[in-house]
Formats: sequence, structure tokens, C-alpha cells
Amino acid sequence: MATKSLQKRESELASTQRQVEILSNGIFQSGELPTFANKIKETNQFPLKPKKVEILQINVGYMCNQVCSHCHVDAGPDRKEIMTRETMQQCLDVIEKTGAHTLDLTGGAPEMNPHFRWFVEEASKIGVKDFIVRSNLTIIRANKKYYDLPEFFKKHNVHVVSSMPHWTRGKTDKQRGDGVFDKSIKALQELNAVGYGMPDSDLRLDLVYNPSGAFLPGDQAAMEKDFKKALLEDFNIQFHNLFAITNLPISRFLDYLIASENYEDYMYSLVEAFNPGAVANVMCTNTISVSWDGWLYDCDFNQMLDLKVASKVKHISEYNEELLNNRNIIISQHCYGCTAGAGSSCQGTVA
Amino acid sequence: MDKSYYNPRDLKKFGSITEWSEELGNKFFEYYGKVFEEGALTPREKSLIALAVAHTEQCPYCIDAYSQDGLQRGITKEEMMEAIHVGAAIKSGATLVHGVQMMNKVNKLEM
Repeated sequence: MATKSLQKRESELASTQRQVEILSNGIFQSGELPTFANKIKETNQFPLKPKKVEILQINVGYMCNQVCSHCHVDAGPDRKEIMTRETMQQCLDVIEKTGAHTLDLTGGAPEMNPHFRWFVEEASKIGVKDFIVRSNLTIIRANKKYYDLPEFFKKHNVHVVSSMPHWTRGKTDKQRGDGVFDKSIKALQELNAVGYGMPDSDLRLDLVYNPSGAFLPGDQAAMEKDFKKALLEDFNIQFHNLFAITNLPISRFLDYLIASENYEDYMYSLVEAFNPGAVANVMCTNTISVSWDGWLYDCDFNQMLDLKVASKVKHISEYNEELLNNRNIIISQHCYGCTAGAGSSCQGTVA
Repeated sequence: MDKSYYNPRDLKKFGSITEWSEELGNKFFEYYGKVFEEGALTPREKSLIALAVAHTEQCPYCIDAYSQDGLQRGITKEEMMEAIHVGAAIKSGATLVHGVQMMNKVNKLEM
């Protein structure tokens, strides 16, 4: 598997513009499949409008210790985009005045940002209801300086959400890299040891499941049952909820779909599984996504396609929730990923 | 006429069989859906049985559908292959057990 980002490999798909072109051309341009806009027009859901902002998702940088084959961020050790302390301060100013109940830190590996701990300390002082850090688990075992992360998370009552594509080594390492499974298991055990994920514990530990290939996730509740049984029996690991997330056809997953000649079939699967019930609750309707350099997006996926919010307000420095709430959400064919079947979001299914 | 008897895209048109016989088609799909619901067996177990039968029936549509269904349910490659071996064992066993008929016949006829 690749050890460098698309950007480092100077891949054609490192260009966000090229990705948007691919998603707009071919089977969608010819009319073989309906565009997402036309599809939601059928159910009178166009234009897609936001509701109240409930989740502020902040991407603190694209640097990561892993190079997962499905990564929509194209993250990796070679990515140098990192949020500065100044931008973090601007985010803190917004966190203080926003009505959002959830703060969601993501990356890359957010812990690799040198100001990460300062940011968590300051943000936790403000006191949002649900403070999420999306940790890839292996970072906890990557270097001595990260060994105390479970205690650090506990101290600040952070809700840990971690990726785990399967309860077996083979499937996990194929998607996320050699050795990832063993390190993830160790990290989960350490999180359990300080109280994370235990049945009656307030220290929330949820896992994210992404399919390791060109297929959609199965039923979230059934997968959660299988994950819980296998992780408990094999490794004595416990966690709270499993979020089943559909892989969206952008960045490295798009690259994989095209290279493996699965792109068209995958798009067919997404369109066929379109669920109007999921459209009403897609995460872009209650989330604002902030990039490492402070730009605002409807979601983390639009961020990676560099499709900024269609609003007068485009940057965290000029954040205004009232103005943002009047915008139309930017959509393209990747949006089918969030409306397939039971729907998909950073919080799992939505329908 | 197409160059091949099988076209993968035809699987997606399976539902259209109701167009030429609505009542029977609908009854079939209702039955089919019910069969795969959680019962004494889990949907996961049923998916593996379906995969094994798909192979013994050598139905390319079913193999396509239940390989994908298995992946979606988190079923591993090892589990899928074991299920197919069960199907293969029954298939070959069914062939071989008829050898007893052959032996009976030969024993009856031979002096």
C-alpha cells in the first residue's frame, strides 16, 4: 500500500478541481445517473438548507502518522498543513459565542498539531456539552510523548472517537497499514484501563467503521453487535457505540475506485441506495467545518474538495452564525455517500 | 441479442420481473425479504448459507449479490470460503453417495 499522500506523489487527483470534474462528468454528465441536485429536486429537497448549527468540526491539520488507503483527507506524514495558534484562538472565540453543543476535533491526527494540548485545555474551559477528539488510536502508541494521551483525554473529559475498520487484523491492516491493528488494540486497552468505553462510564469511547473496499456499510446495529462480541472475546475490549460511515468517492478513496475499476459500480450502488429520509438529516445541515487555515465549509468532505461555504462569511475570523444559516449548502455527486441507505455522517447513520 | 447470456447490470433489474406478473412477482419478493429477516438464524448466518447455495447453484447473479452482502456484514474471506466448501462438500458428497447405487447394481448383476 502507498506510504505517501496523493499530493506527495503528485497524483492528478491531488487536485481538488480535478476531483470535482470527475464527479461531474462521465455517467452523470451523460445522464446515465441523475446528478445529486436533480435527485433531491425529485423529493423537493433542493436547495439543501442548513438548520441550526449544532456541531463545530475543526480540522487542526492534515498531518498524520498513518496513510490509510481510503482517507478522504489525503492525510499522511508528508502533509504539512497545520493549524496555527492564532487560528486556534479565533476558533476559541467562536466556540465561546456559538450555540453549537458539540465541538469535534479532527485531522490528520489532531494530536500531532504542536498546539493540540493547549487548544484542548482552553476549549474544555469554555465547557461545550460534547467535546470530541477523533483519534486514530495508533498515535497513542506512536511515540513516548503520546503515551499519556488517555489520561490527558480523561482529564479534559474528551469524548474519544476512533477508527476501526474490522475486528480482524487482516482487514484492518489492509486499509490502514501494517501493524495498525495490533497498535490499535493496545491503545483501546489503554483507554479502557483509564475508564474509557466501560459500560457505566461517562468517558465516551465510540468506534468508527468504514468499509475496507468498494461496498457500502452493513446495518450499524448489527455491526456494532459483532464488533462488541469479537473485541470483548478476543481482547477484553469494551466501547460504547459504533458509527458506520460510508466511504465518499473523493481523494484517496476516489483514486482507489478509479484504479480498481469500481468507480461506476460504486456510484450506481450509492444512487440506488439513495434515501430521501437521510437527506433531511445529513450532517451539513447542522455542522460547520473549519479547515486548518480557518476557512469554513459545509462539511469535512467539501473541505477536502475545497468547496467553501456559499456565504458572505467564509472565514472563522468573520464567523457569523446568522449569516451562515441563510446559505445554500454546496452539493455535488459525492453527497450521495451521505444519503445512501440509513445515511452516513461523522456521527454514524442519520435515518 | 447480447454476446453473452449474462450481463452484471441485469442483476439490478431483478425487480422488473414483477412487470409481467405483478402478483406472483410481488409475492416472491415479499417471501424473499421475509426469509432473510432475523429469525432463529441471524441475517449473517443466512447470508453465508445463501452464498454457499449461490455456488452450488452456480448462479453468477447470486454470487455477485452475496459476496457483496457478506462484505457489508463484515463477514471475512475465511468464513466465506468455508461456507463454499460446505456447499462443495455436499455437492461432491451427493455425487459420491450415488456410488452406493452403482455398487448395488454392479453387485446384483455380477456373478
